[in-house]
Amino acid sequence: MIRSFLSFKWLYRLSSPKFFYSTSGKAIPWLLLISVTLLAVGLFWGLLIAPPDARQGDSFRIIYIHVPSSFLALAGYYFMAVAGAVGLVWRTKLSFWFMKSAASIGASMTFLALFTGAIWGRPSWGTYWVWDARVTSMLILLFLYLGVMAMIRAFDNKEYGQKNGAILALVGTVNVPIIYKSVDWWHTLHQPATLKLTSESTIHIDMLQPLLVMIVGFYLFYALTICLFLRAEILYHEQATSWVKDLCVRRQEKSG
Amino acid sequence: MARSTFEATIAPIVFMCMGVSLIPLALPPDSASHSSIAPGIVWIMVLLASLMSLERIFTFDYEDGSLEQLLISPQLLTQPIFGKLVAHWVMTGVPMALASPIMAFVLSLPADGYIPMILSIVIGSAYLSLAGSVCASLTVSLGRGGFLLPITVIPLYMPIIIFGTATIDFAISGMDWLFPLAVMGTFLCLATAICPIVVAAIFRSTPLF
Repeated sequence: MIRSFLSFKWLYRLSSPKFFYSTSGKAIPWLLLISVTLLAVGLFWGLLIAPPDARQGDSFRIIYIHVPSSFLALAGYYFMAVAGAVGLVWRTKLSFWFMKSAASIGASMTFLALFTGAIWGRPSWGTYWVWDARVTSMLILLFLYLGVMAMIRAFDNKEYGQKNGAILALVGTVNVPIIYKSVDWWHTLHQPATLKLTSESTIHIDMLQPLLVMIVGFYLFYALTICLFLRAEILYHEQATSWVKDLCVRRQEKSG
Repeated sequence: MARSTFEATIAPIVFMCMGVSLIPLALPPDSASHSSIAPGIVWIMVLLASLMSLERIFTFDYEDGSLEQLLISPQLLTQPIFGKLVAHWVMTGVPMALASPIMAFVLSLPADGYIPMILSIVIGSAYLSLAGSVCASLTVSLGRGGFLLPITVIPLYMPIIIFGTATIDFAISGMDWLFPLAVMGTFLCLATAICPIVVAAIFRSTPLF
């Protein structure tokens, strides 16, 4: 069992579009159930039960959307770049489609982080938008995502476009550490990171627990959307193959 | 040849100076406010001027087929590409660095900032040529005047504009300006090692006509 897991055969099998399509079909109901439950519990806990902040009052509660979406905006860039690298090296079609899906979802997450940040900025900083180091670098991250999305779609030759998008995504990773570190390097308005892996977090435990639930929920939600996007990509690109045609025929028969 | 020299070397400088002359028109007319924003203005102008000249690195070679000749030549592709990038930097970056004191003078930059500014532009524009060449080679088959080149290349320019303005700012306020300059040098070293190889790999997979 362990030996077969370590031989990465499962990974090779998973990179076949057909196998991924059927496996993800089984995983989607579970992902949906768990992520929606976690998000609902986390929101209820964070918005209603957690104590209000001593200085910011109730307005801090937007942290339960803002922090998880920022996490995924940054992590999603790495997922996208790594998928692009895997596609360039092993020439698997699925990883390029993963990259394309991750680009769209990551861009939406970045937009969500910026948008909730702007709403949060109004009561705590007194303005919606500041050219603060963290805010500006997140905006640059959004541009990076948009650049990769535009690059993938710019060429008539789809494979060439995907390859170019992967290269651009890899080159753009130069910026991601700068965005991570921007709050520590420039002491502007944005507060330093609240959650730290290596040292103690600067947030009270009662506020931290729902935040962790929300972060896990967001990650699962991200996995769910990736699966849905990827399945759409697979159907689109493999529409000429026999298994997709069979699938359509069976669907039609089932619906009547 | 004369025409291309003009477009490569003189035009970016003229563009930079004209852009700078717009700043006093748009801002309140006291020179104190200009000197505090001078480092940022100078760097934005360098960035835009270098963006303008970026398309020239490969487009002509792609159009007249000399890129194809490079691809089928027996020698390593990274060498002529590196040569082209060095040439691009000598033709655009170095003249911009030499012309930058004019801009700094117009914007009344304090005297301490001149030498750090020139050094930061010399180093930074080399990085701009190298990082920009990656995007230029990715978009070469789309032809000229596309919007894809600027939107993909501006995020890559982010580190250099941060540390470039920091170099001048540090020098003006009397801090150790060699630190941000050294960071720029690090970025330049990385880009020198990686970019020519990446560009060569991109051209190997580019569909030529």
